[in-house]
Amino acid sequence: MLDCAPPLATDDVLSPLILITAALNGLMTGSIYALVALGLTLIYGVLHIINFAHGALLSAALFAAFLVWQKLGIDPYLAAVFLAPTFFALGYALQRFIVGPASRGDDRNMLLVTLGLGVLIENALLYEFHADTRTVELAYGFKTIDFGFTFLAVSRVISFAAVFAVTLVLWAFMRLTDTGKAIRAVAVEKLGAELAGIDVAHVYAIAFGIGTACIAVAACLLIPNYYVNPSAGNAFVLIAFTVVVLGGMGSVLGALIGGLLIGVVESLGGFFFGESLGQIGIFLIFIVVLLVRPRGLFGASA
Amino acid sequence: MSVQKDPINRRRFLAKTVLGFAAVSGSLTMPAALRAQGSGVKIGFLHPVTGALSYSGQQGRIGATLAVDEINATGGIKGLGRIEPLLGDAQSTPDGGTAEVEKMNVAKASCIIGGYSSSICLAVSQAAARYDLPYVVDVGVADSIVTRGLKNTFRFGPGFGVISKTALDNLVTINEAAGKPARTVIIVHEDSLFGSGLAKLLNAQLPAKGFEILETIPHPTPTRDFNTVVLKIKAQNPDLVIPANYYNEYVLLARTMLEQHVRPKGIYSVLGGAASSYKFVREFPDAAKYIMDCNHWFNPKSAKANELKKKVEDQGQFFTYELYMNYNAVHLVADALEHAASGDRAKLIAALANSTFVSPIMPYGPTKFVSGNNEGAAPANTQVLDNDIKVILPAEFANAKAVFPVPT
Repeated sequence: MLDCAPPLATDDVLSPLILITAALNGLMTGSIYALVALGLTLIYGVLHIINFAHGALLSAALFAAFLVWQKLGIDPYLAAVFLAPTFFALGYALQRFIVGPASRGDDRNMLLVTLGLGVLIENALLYEFHADTRTVELAYGFKTIDFGFTFLAVSRVISFAAVFAVTLVLWAFMRLTDTGKAIRAVAVEKLGAELAGIDVAHVYAIAFGIGTACIAVAACLLIPNYYVNPSAGNAFVLIAFTVVVLGGMGSVLGALIGGLLIGVVESLGGFFFGESLGQIGIFLIFIVVLLVRPRGLFGASA
Repeated sequence: MSVQKDPINRRRFLAKTVLGFAAVSGSLTMPAALRAQGSGVKIGFLHPVTGALSYSGQQGRIGATLAVDEINATGGIKGLGRIEPLLGDAQSTPDGGTAEVEKMNVAKASCIIGGYSSSICLAVSQAAARYDLPYVVDVGVADSIVTRGLKNTFRFGPGFGVISKTALDNLVTINEAAGKPARTVIIVHEDSLFGSGLAKLLNAQLPAKGFEILETIPHPTPTRDFNTVVLKIKAQNPDLVIPANYYNEYVLLARTMLEQHVRPKGIYSVLGGAASSYKFVREFPDAAKYIMDCNHWFNPKSAKANELKKKVEDQGQFFTYELYMNYNAVHLVADALEHAASGDRAKLIAALANSTFVSPIMPYGPTKFVSGNNEGAAPANTQVLDNDIKVILPAEFANAKAVFPVPT
């Protein structure tokens, strides 16, 4: 028999415990925004372009995770282990053989190429899988952990932890490995890096690949609690853009903090203003940041 | 999004020319079989088979196809011949629906059946009215669909008005029988025509029945996360939660409430998207337990209904309301076509307006169309008990007693 949770402050909706729970929900959603933004900010930091195919790639990754679950019965968390390298390879190939050559060295062209790529991928998914919403049902999908004053979904807690783990790994990679240093060198001074013997085209492709791998991990973390359809990725990427701006373009820490912050704002906004209007806080922040501090919280000054 | 046609047009064309020639020549020497068969009738079936409402749309299409196959198996409509179905996909949007209407009109459909969601039905009824094309709503409950004076639109099932009135009267009955344990209510509704319209009606009528509405929480379709909504419910601890949304969101809300251990004295839905759905009960029995609903339902005491239910379940499908509402709509149109003795649109509209077709499977009163609304139509109150859906009211169709409040 189910026991009831004790009611929380029946006539005071603003009870601190309720707000804390809303904030916790926001942190968990925000961690996913952070991971998606991480990929975006990395690509921006190195290639200096906004990747407009990010949303479509997220949708593609969601479908990949869904199909792996449906056809092979593999749990999404396990699937991340091989989907991340697969999508890394995909991203590498896209940049090395399509985006890079098509742009002929001009940054603005790269922007348009990624846009075209995004449209192509989304519509290919639509053609192949139609617009039906699909969901994944897992045995632990709705299990919760009892924190005393609230219950948090197991899958969301796992995503939260996983995002921190991924961010840490990425940070270590960028700081400690030669490839990471090469990436940072190209990000700071492309010509100088080239003169120093770094293969810029290869570095560009690696950065794009890492960004795409981040998307694949985000999709696997997201899928137990979200749905899959060809335009699902776009809603996330719209918010990820805000996170990148808020956190500072090219900053890994900025993407993490920014993502968590935006997640909390969205959750509290939804709580006070309703589901439909709740996202307004996110876009207000976007506008305010652009007006007041365009380089974001942790971004390098222009 | 495809309008599929029967590929035997040439045969029909030849049959027509033979008839025409024979008539002109004054000597009708064609065989009796050909004369009785008729040239067939085209009916458009418009459902949201892709997009956010795809499950409901697909169930609707299955129900319609079931009825068409049944009718065609005995030679089609008397005097008119086989039904040629034109299948259309509304893509879960009003624009998708109206685009299909245009196609079906060009394909010379005698009638369109379907729509499912109120917003789609509203748009479709209007688009069809431009061509005086008869349109029979399968489910769409918004009152506005049949109160705008469109002569071409008919609905066999009940609308908001009668459903909410019945739901509230029954709620009072159930509450009083249990000693009035419930007083406070939170309404959770989806924010399109269906949900908002219902929420408005409930807000107007609930206080008069002695209930206090603590909050009315809207949400879009689709919504994939109900944590904030459930948090609000938890904070205010109402006696009753009244959801009015479509299938996916209803299931998610119920499951999130279960997950967060939020158990009000009852979940009482009015047109709950999943509340009286066998799919929901089979897949998530713990979340579905004791949920009550006032919704479209079949008469559990009807032999024909149970026979149809068994047939559908043997095929591996769930016997959901979208399925039998469409099944009824097709039989209604077939009956009207027989009376009209013609596939002509105007004659069909007249036949529908005067129809006294009664469905053997529904708990309705005698059929009477007043500006397209069937006054005999009525909902039933159901509750999920023993992993099955039982009817608890009205008494003459009930096969179980209500369990309220929910045992703790």
